Amino acid sequence: MNSNSIDVAYVAGLARLELTQAETETFQKQISSILDYVEALQRIDVSSVADNPIDPNLPTNVLRPDELRPSLTAQDVVRNAPKSANNLVIMPKIVE
Amino acid sequence: MSLYQETIASLRRKLTAKEISPTELVQSLLQRIESVDPKVNGYLRVDSEKALAQAKNCDLSKPLGGIPIAIKDNINEKGEECTCASQILVGYQAPYDATVIRKLKEAGAILLGRTNMDEFAMGSSTEHSSFKKTSNPWKLDHIPGGSSGGSAAVVAADEAIASLGSDTGGSIRQPAALCGCVGLKPTYGRVSRYGLVAFASSLDQIGPFTKTVEDSALMLQAIAGQDHYENTSRPVAVPDYTASLQQPVKGLRIGIPKEYFGEGIDHDVADALQKSIAWYQSQGAIIKEISLPHTHAAIAVYYIIATAEASANLARFDGVRYGHRTSTVGDPLTIYRKSRAEGFGPEVKRRIILGTYVLSSGYADAYYNRAQKVRQLLRRDFVTAFQECDVLLTPTSPTPAFKAGEKMNDPLKMYLADICTIAVNLAEVCGISIPCGFSSNQLPIGLQLIGPHFQEGTLFRAAHAYEQAHEWVKRHPQF
Repeated sequence: MNSNSIDVAYVAGLARLELTQAETETFQKQISSILDYVEALQRIDVSSVADNPIDPNLPTNVLRPDELRPSLTAQDVVRNAPKSANNLVIMPKIVE
Repeated sequence: MSLYQETIASLRRKLTAKEISPTELVQSLLQRIESVDPKVNGYLRVDSEKALAQAKNCDLSKPLGGIPIAIKDNINEKGEECTCASQILVGYQAPYDATVIRKLKEAGAILLGRTNMDEFAMGSSTEHSSFKKTSNPWKLDHIPGGSSGGSAAVVAADEAIASLGSDTGGSIRQPAALCGCVGLKPTYGRVSRYGLVAFASSLDQIGPFTKTVEDSALMLQAIAGQDHYENTSRPVAVPDYTASLQQPVKGLRIGIPKEYFGEGIDHDVADALQKSIAWYQSQGAIIKEISLPHTHAAIAVYYIIATAEASANLARFDGVRYGHRTSTVGDPLTIYRKSRAEGFGPEVKRRIILGTYVLSSGYADAYYNRAQKVRQLLRRDFVTAFQECDVLLTPTSPTPAFKAGEKMNDPLKMYLADICTIAVNLAEVCGISIPCGFSSNQLPIGLQLIGPHFQEGTLFRAAHAYEQAHEWVKRHPQF
């Protein structure tokens, strides 16, 4: 694996993050050196670990009864939205 | 000694005996904040009126009745701004109380203000705050550690009696060590994270900063326990932590992992640690040299798993439902890209990109899945060690506090500052940092004790005995 293969501009697009040219260049260099550092993991023998390791300390499928409980009001939920009206969040049209 | 210099335990005795009132105590702290915080810059916001109003109405019969506590700015406190020290959350008002906040309120605590941090808890120096830089109270041109640097600095500078922070890779223990206070990262699942703004969900844990080990036990007592709002909090009974304080260390089996005492450990730190080990031995503890053979891989595993989880957790900040929205007019995609570009700082962007990459198609196997496997090996190291040891003893940080600006241009160098704390989060065990000396240039040094899952009581036992036999906690920074 060539760790320097990261294309920062492309990955930033996947992450919905606009970068300036200067940021792209700085991150390209810095992240490449971090990837070189983590390359060391490839040399560790992991044959004793299952393919999808399940952490034994973590609970799985924590369920609760499906019943009504008090929750935030619509007003409380929308209060922090940058734009809202009638308890609805406003965004530009998605479908033309 | 002034009131602001005292501990939870001593103040509770005075409050319940009516020797002092909560209002006097809050006033003492507000004056202290006014006089030293312009130098320390530990707080982002202090609401004096609200603190005084709480002092008037607090219930002194409760375990933390009348005790003023500061909160890291990534924990939701209803009606208060909660910014994570990020421009993207400026103006965000928490619509509900985090479980730890509800519990502190129920325990009678007074919430004093909100502390500075690295943006979204990403950093080891608090220099990544988008608002201001916090200083180390012992030397103002040095960093306080991070990411909970504000919470550590305000306790060390006697601007709060205790505080809450969060620890994903060392963000409580490392600043506690660098500022000379006590910092506890409880076991994963011990304290509910409901209402903590998520960074890396398989690692994040909330814990207290205090001046003494006894106070740490009192704080954990108040915030621990299962919470039906948080499915990773575990149904493990919460013991009486103060009861473990009085147990002697004679016979305690203390493991010294050799990997934590190698290259890169500062001379003063190594010296202080050797003296601490000798003290434990003199008290009848059994010292064993052990090995945690995968320690060298911890930072690499961490910076894959933590950034992967962060890239997913921070996807919610898109300018739609809360936080900053760009003024640029455009389609939704433009709004997401611009809002995030304008709202996030460089370290957050760097980690989102790295995390997105290690999860992306074609690379997830080589990076993320492999890191998960190595994490299990790291975990096994600890499980094996705890078969023959009750606690492990290591440095908390390889060096004392460093100078502001020293590591800002080299992210990898900054990441290496967490080398002694990160594996504890990956293995989900508990760890505490306590003061164990000062460097030749008078900066605090921290000792880390690591315990098995849900054995915080053993940490308190070992830490309290050491603290009682030494004078470190009696020193206060001078301004």
